[in-house]
Amino acid sequence: MANLQLKDIRKSFGAVEVIKGVSLEIESGEFMVFVGPSGCGKSTLLRLVAGLEDITSGELKFDGQVVNALTPSKRGIAMVFQSYALYPHMTVYENMAFGMTLEKGHSKEEIRQRVERAADMLQIREYLGRLPKQLSGGQRQRVAIGRAITRDPRVFLFDEPLSNLDAALRVATRIEIAKLHESMHNTTMIYVTHDQVEAMTLADRICVLRDGLVEQVGTPMELYERPDSMFVAGFIGSPKMNFISGKLAENFNAPTVGVRGEHLVVKPSDGVWSGSVIHSENLGSDSYIYVDIGTDEPVVVREDGGKKHQSGEQVQIAPMDAALVHRFDNAGKPIR
Amino acid sequence: MDATIDIWKVTKTTLFYLLVTAIVVIAIFPFYYAILTSFKSGTDLFRINYWPTSFSLANYQQVFTQGAFPRNLLNSVFVASVTVILALFLAVTASFALSRVRFRGRGILLMTILAVSMFPQIAVLAGLFEVIRFLGIYNTPWALIFSYTIFTLPFTVWVLTTFMRDLPVEIEEAAIVDGASPWVIITRVFMPLMWPALVTTGLLAFIAAWNEFLFALTFTVSNQTRTVPVAIALLSGGSQYEIPWGIIMAASVVVTVPLVVLVLIFQRKIVSGLTAGGVKG
Repeated sequence: MANLQLKDIRKSFGAVEVIKGVSLEIESGEFMVFVGPSGCGKSTLLRLVAGLEDITSGELKFDGQVVNALTPSKRGIAMVFQSYALYPHMTVYENMAFGMTLEKGHSKEEIRQRVERAADMLQIREYLGRLPKQLSGGQRQRVAIGRAITRDPRVFLFDEPLSNLDAALRVATRIEIAKLHESMHNTTMIYVTHDQVEAMTLADRICVLRDGLVEQVGTPMELYERPDSMFVAGFIGSPKMNFISGKLAENFNAPTVGVRGEHLVVKPSDGVWSGSVIHSENLGSDSYIYVDIGTDEPVVVREDGGKKHQSGEQVQIAPMDAALVHRFDNAGKPIR
Repeated sequence: MDATIDIWKVTKTTLFYLLVTAIVVIAIFPFYYAILTSFKSGTDLFRINYWPTSFSLANYQQVFTQGAFPRNLLNSVFVASVTVILALFLAVTASFALSRVRFRGRGILLMTILAVSMFPQIAVLAGLFEVIRFLGIYNTPWALIFSYTIFTLPFTVWVLTTFMRDLPVEIEEAAIVDGASPWVIITRVFMPLMWPALVTTGLLAFIAAWNEFLFALTFTVSNQTRTVPVAIALLSGGSQYEIPWGIIMAASVVVTVPLVVLVLIFQRKIVSGLTAGGVKG
């Protein structure tokens, strides 16, 4: 329900500057994902938006109104924490209702309706009378999300909500969050993760952070197809983009070129690069072939599942299309 | 082969229980003897025997009818309870600040608080006496409540600060996001999680205030304001040369019973793992 404006936001802890001037606009109802390696400041940035940390300098606006000095509840945010952070001594119902009981002017009936509506959305109605310790990890995280929904926030914040769940549950909860975003399309959501798969699958737009600065902001496909730096190119996409530099990149007239594994093909002859297969992984639907062509790290080529290559086999590889080759200058910026 | 193992096992178990019995007997005997003595009367008192031979409630009757003992008992209950309530209130709020609010000199403050508790009571007695005279609370229960709170707080604050520091920060942050003020966080989120620590420290503070002697002797003068430990010490017999052992023992038993009852009630409440389920794990 709110659009956010971050204007040259900075945050220092003592002498260490963690956020070094972030400017960003987040549209109303948008699902924005902050992604980056650990230590890039993404969680700190989220906490600044939440109001759990004070902004050292810069302006944060919700719907044009400066909220720097407002408390989290006055900003109208709700947050889902990585460790769930449920109140252990309260039942699920009390956990979800706590925020509303602190606000004045809600009748018991109104609170009950809101809690039950949120519980129905997440299918946790049957757990309302239980204590958090009687729930599994996935159920606890759903309660934490439910607690946030009940407050009917203007901005919904997620701080790595899936990192404590096991792989299967992570996928299921990810889908649930995506559905939640569809059903609450008015609510602005900001989601922090270090997992680029979560970023790609959930985001309307992704903001890649590096060392306290915004590296690139764009839709998942923009970041995938037109990365603004080698850092973004390497961070988005799985497996990681292959970087080939020096003599091997001379053909493309650039110091470094980057090609994704899925954009490379193995050819019997006339390839751009040649080398020997050092390892291959078959995942059923895909197989990944690691080829040593003289770069520091082996080049990964994606092929359809079932194709087999022996280790030590000599192969030639080439990009599918010259347009799929990303060229970078010495500073890591794209040459277009 | 099997037989030797069995013998070794039996010996070990026997030795273990012998040791346990010895410890229990040594620890319990003084109390047992006090109870035994309290039920004796007359010249029986000076005959040494380890099993009850006669039974009389005369001592108890005398304790409660002679002098101001019931009044002293009430004083003790009042002083100890108010001390505990006051100390816990101050300690909970102080430990919230010391464990959760970042401010300059926090570590030094915490060390100072601990250092204060290392002074022997006698060292501050004169100074404290002046303060109490100045405040005009000499010879009232408030003098004792005041001085006991001072001496209990360092320990209480220290224990609660350590405990509160271990409570997950995320739970506090979740409460902040929910719109809770520090007071609401303390009373509705932290206090329910801190029951074990509150009960333990409260109980220890109660026992300390209940048994304290030196301050109670110094800061009160009349029979009406004395607490039980002083009253027991000042119990006198028919003449200067007679020490009324029977009555002293009866009074001591009466004084100890509430403590034992309190510990029994609250030890059931001291359950660990109250925070389980709030955060991951």
